[in-house]
Amino acid sequence: MKRFISLLLVLGIVVSLTAPLASAQEKPKASPAKPKAFVYEDKIGVVKIKKGDPIHIACWMVVAGPDASLGTDTKRGVEIAIDDKGGKILGFPIKLSVQDTGCNAEGGQAAATKLAADPTIVAAIGSNCSSEARPGAPILWKAGIATVSPSNTAPFLTDPSRGPEYDGYLRTAHNDKVQGAVAAQFAIKQLKLKKAATIHDGSPYAEQLQAVFAETFKKMGGTITAQEAVAPTDTDMRPVLTKIATGKPDIIYYPIFIAAGGHITRQVKEVKGLEKVKLMSADGTFSPDFIKAAGETAIGMYHSSPDFSAFGAGYKAFLEKHQKKYGEKPIAPFHAHAYDAAMMVFAAIEKVGRVAPDGTLHIGRKALRDALYATKNFKGLTGNLTCTATGDCADPMIAIYQMTADNVKKQVIPDKPIWSPAAAAAKSAPAKEAPKKK
Amino acid sequence: MKQAIKLGLIGGVVAVLLSLVGMVEAFGQRQIIANVISMGHTLLLLVGLLMSYLAAKRTPTTEPINVLTNGFISGFFVAGLVVLLIILGSLINLRKVFINASPMLYNLLTVGMEKRAGSFLLILIGLSSGLLASLFTLAPPLLRRVLLISVGSIVGAGVLQDLLRPTFALWGPLSIINEWIFTANGLTLRGAIGLFILITAFSFFWYRKGKAIQSRFHQLPSAPQRILKMTGILTLVFILLILPQVLGLFLSEVFTIVGLYVLLGLGLNIVVGYAGLLDLGYVAFFAIGSYTVAVLTSPELGFFNLSFWEALPFAVVLGVISGVLLGIPVLKMRGDYLAIATLGFGEIIRILVLSDFLRPWLGGAQGIGKIPKASIAGFEFTGPQQIYYLILAGCLLVAFVSLRLRDSRLGRAWMAMREDEDVAQAMGINLVATKLLAFATGAGFSAISGAIFATKLSSVYPHSFNVMISINVLCVIIVGGMGSIPGVVVGAAALVGLPELLREFAEYRLLVYGAVLVAMMLLKPEGLWPEPVRRRELHEDEDEAGLDQTSNSNE
Amino acid sequence: MLRRWIERMTPTDVIMWLIGGAILLMIFWGSAATLSAKTYTAHHWFDFIVFGLAQGSIYALIAMGYTMVYGILRMINFAHSEVFMSGPYTAYFVAAAFYSSGFLDQHPIISLILIFLTSMATSTLVAVLLERIAYRPLRTAPRLIPLITAIGASFFLQYTFRGFYGSGFQAYPVVKILEGEWAWGEFRILKFQAVVIVAAAILMASLYSFVQRTRVGKAIRAVSEDKETSSLMGIDIDRMIVTTFVIGGMAAGAAGVLYALMFKQVHFFMGFIPGIKAFTAAVLGGIGNIPGAMLGGIFLGLVESVGPSLFLDGLGIVAPYQLKDAIAFTMLVLVLIFRPTGILGERLAVKKA
Repeated sequence: MKRFISLLLVLGIVVSLTAPLASAQEKPKASPAKPKAFVYEDKIGVVKIKKGDPIHIACWMVVAGPDASLGTDTKRGVEIAIDDKGGKILGFPIKLSVQDTGCNAEGGQAAATKLAADPTIVAAIGSNCSSEARPGAPILWKAGIATVSPSNTAPFLTDPSRGPEYDGYLRTAHNDKVQGAVAAQFAIKQLKLKKAATIHDGSPYAEQLQAVFAETFKKMGGTITAQEAVAPTDTDMRPVLTKIATGKPDIIYYPIFIAAGGHITRQVKEVKGLEKVKLMSADGTFSPDFIKAAGETAIGMYHSSPDFSAFGAGYKAFLEKHQKKYGEKPIAPFHAHAYDAAMMVFAAIEKVGRVAPDGTLHIGRKALRDALYATKNFKGLTGNLTCTATGDCADPMIAIYQMTADNVKKQVIPDKPIWSPAAAAAKSAPAKEAPKKK
Repeated sequence: MKQAIKLGLIGGVVAVLLSLVGMVEAFGQRQIIANVISMGHTLLLLVGLLMSYLAAKRTPTTEPINVLTNGFISGFFVAGLVVLLIILGSLINLRKVFINASPMLYNLLTVGMEKRAGSFLLILIGLSSGLLASLFTLAPPLLRRVLLISVGSIVGAGVLQDLLRPTFALWGPLSIINEWIFTANGLTLRGAIGLFILITAFSFFWYRKGKAIQSRFHQLPSAPQRILKMTGILTLVFILLILPQVLGLFLSEVFTIVGLYVLLGLGLNIVVGYAGLLDLGYVAFFAIGSYTVAVLTSPELGFFNLSFWEALPFAVVLGVISGVLLGIPVLKMRGDYLAIATLGFGEIIRILVLSDFLRPWLGGAQGIGKIPKASIAGFEFTGPQQIYYLILAGCLLVAFVSLRLRDSRLGRAWMAMREDEDVAQAMGINLVATKLLAFATGAGFSAISGAIFATKLSSVYPHSFNVMISINVLCVIIVGGMGSIPGVVVGAAALVGLPELLREFAEYRLLVYGAVLVAMMLLKPEGLWPEPVRRRELHEDEDEAGLDQTSNSNE
Repeated sequence: MLRRWIERMTPTDVIMWLIGGAILLMIFWGSAATLSAKTYTAHHWFDFIVFGLAQGSIYALIAMGYTMVYGILRMINFAHSEVFMSGPYTAYFVAAAFYSSGFLDQHPIISLILIFLTSMATSTLVAVLLERIAYRPLRTAPRLIPLITAIGASFFLQYTFRGFYGSGFQAYPVVKILEGEWAWGEFRILKFQAVVIVAAAILMASLYSFVQRTRVGKAIRAVSEDKETSSLMGIDIDRMIVTTFVIGGMAAGAAGVLYALMFKQVHFFMGFIPGIKAFTAAVLGGIGNIPGAMLGGIFLGLVESVGPSLFLDGLGIVAPYQLKDAIAFTMLVLVLIFRPTGILGERLAVKKA
């Protein structure tokens, strides 16, 4: 106790001594630093970066714990984007810091608070799980930090009713509402199937997707034979598949992640009654890693994913850089979304950043947010990004892909879709509304 | 000699391990002192220094020459194994198996030089770290302590730079410290040297004069002594009250998280620490508290729309009831049967709140959102700087209750039961009531924590309530010192607060956490702040260790 | 007799029996409803049972490690799940090398043996190091302390292996001779499931007879009965404890490869869930008791596979397989209510636990 008091005393003395000193030093500094010619104002605040100091970009992602592969994957996407920029924006080096979010709400809140407390942060990229963004994004925006998520898909985050506290939130991942509906349309219209079963893994992402799928499927005249659920850590899927087999579905829709998705794909054919069933998954498993997990059993299965056939070349180059830098293939599906998110942020900074005559870079927080929201026709790895008024930036063009034997052999995902709502609408003139989202 | 080689080899293995798990490379990006030394290099250097220090210290004689040789030898072996890794890496492609054996790593290990020269340099560094460490061993104790503190605080400042910078920035005029000490990545050289001198001087002063001040304090007559003590406590209270304003947003957040774990820990402390019932499903009550508040208050579900304060009593009562309900079936189980049954109970609760089956009432995978914030007379507990007070109040209340419980008849009954159930029963203690009361009290505290957690996050998800929380809380109370109330606070600060501060090193957080848990239990099994009784017990144990090998099986 | 029994009943006993009875009633009601609905035919049930047996025999193999260490040290070796993970994850690199060189397809049996050996060696090494570094110094400490050490070691090992081999997963190659199925009419069994069940049975039988029949096994049992006396009898306690860890590690390494052959994916976190399940199985069977661990493992595997369909489907509960772990743990509580020391738990366990 005694020790503490004296410590406090010393601290007090130090403070009282340095206070006048510091203010005396600061005054002369303040006036010449701001020449009258250069005016840069912002409604929320301006980040000033001195010459030679870096532009601080923060990631809040899940890089530890059982879901670490998701965050590590997106973090690598951002790192490659920085490399592609040569590590510099407007001549200023980029500094990246990463906060772990743990794929849960409390981790998201803590990480977001940490970022919010650091005034040097210009913009953030994240979060990974929608549960993190729910408490986290408002905290960031309260501090004036805009954030672009590469992998949140829950609809409420960009719902018009989300409230002004989410104004700084955008995402390059797909809103579940769009994707689930396209999958159901494909199953009914193109494959002409009547009976479907769905499986989710208890994540908000998968649960939402399968709910939208089931709803659309039923609305269009199909029947849902079972809506099952597994745990993402489950390995033995044969019992649950046996149960599904009793309903004799034509197609199983399981918009889950790679590990459990791989197990289901491998084990489906081993279950009696499911030898002929069609399989469909979503962008959560649309990656070369999934082929590794599912092996040859992936041949013939369908995936819904953004239509990036036009931008495939960039993705190939990305994969090569990834292999060279990390010694392995991407480990989860959202690295390209993260790359796009980072590139979007960089482009926005380039757009609003102004260098003052003394070499200090000024970036307005509100201006940056507005620039992000104004993103239009941005050519990314995942498609043509255009942000809506509520922050959905993913290319709305969802298409259906099918794995071929050749894909599996070469361990690459298909680059040409077999079906898309827009193409289908063009073919048969009176076809119903394509899910153009707005 | 043999010892030195052994220590050197262990150090080498550790250094190679650190390189291969990627820590050296990942930390290599961050500078401790800008353009002088990176964190990755510091890490390796620390391994070398520590091992040489141990080797030098364990030298049987105090002859400087022997001490020096031992230091040299172990430093050489640490560096030698790293060089072996470099050689091996240049011969075969280790990366096919070890993904972190990247060119970047070798580049860092050889300090950016060509391999042969770099290896040579490494050995040189190893030897000089041996020299430094053995000189350190030979130095007088005062100098040793002072050096340790000042070097430690420079490394600490370098590691925590991202945290200190925003905090200093809050302190108005003091924020010029930032300009002086920090660059964007790492300390400035002048800052590091300045810091070193300042801290060295300060700790010198403290060690020379501190004793005198202390003894003068004790010589004072009792009345002024009491006044001084009172002012001390008042200052502490005052500091606790202004803390969030001084420390800023993030550190307040850390305090609130630590506070939640203190609440949980105090509850589990009653079950495990006082009553000796190993509960691995403690998270269940935390979840019950959270979900009760969520269901009762959230307009998203729209069942009740109560306010936080109206819902809180329900949460606590429900927690207590479920504590009793869990308690009854496990009454007859002992030890590890109890552990696994409670673990199962925790999992059952988590699975139920996640399930599609209960989705209409509990939200399922999508969780429950829009939980209102608590407020008192217009003061709303919104951000961490406000919720801090709510949690502080909760902690003080719960700490007070458990302090009183410990010294009560019930508390003594719990402890008697912990020591030996059969004897306790023979002494007339009603085991059933005593056990159930322990479960109920613990569950109640946990439910309070859960309720605050729900309003803090304004949303609850089933994923927040996994078995890791139970395990963490158990670690908190054991590392803190079982049965000790200040121990819970210290344990939570060490095991929850520190990792939270080091959030950006998250990838290696659990690795270090695990290693620290093991080291901690090996070196200080009684915990950081043990109960006096327990400390005595453990020391008895140590004395008897050689004689009584089976003492643990009767525990 | 009956009167004495009624006199000895306490209110808590009544509540316990009521809880137990309620669970049993639910189970019977659910089963009756499911069976009368006739959604499932005989071959469905046969499939469920085979799936459960395959999964259960892996649990049983891992549970052996838990139960033996518990028997001899009276501690929960929480890090055993990482012993289980380290083997197959390391052996993957051998398997991948064999696969890419074509050796696996030419000499599948030899390759499999080598893969097994690598895995068992790695797991054993990890188990022995664990004992030496983390547990031996704490042998006389109060029981919660080695538990925390074990938890710490578990984290450390998980993240060390993650650092070594990456945070993604690796997939074991397909072994051609294990593909396909044997069928009799509408009943059938997948080849590799049969292999897993048979291999696990052989391994367990040989380990069990090692413990029961050999001198070393006898010494191990003596040490777990009473350390002091057995050291007076000239048994080297340290060596026996290490041997126990070696046996546990070997069983875990073998279980790991069987697991990898059955599910293909290996990653740094793969041990956590099977570890908890196997520990549950060990407790279910009566911890410290080797046949109990086997029985517990098989029982748990069966409950997970059959339980959701049998107990819950008939009650109209949606997505029953999401609740399979809840069912497994409920069954555990149910068993422990009626037999507080597990299915085969001895009186001895009451004294020592």
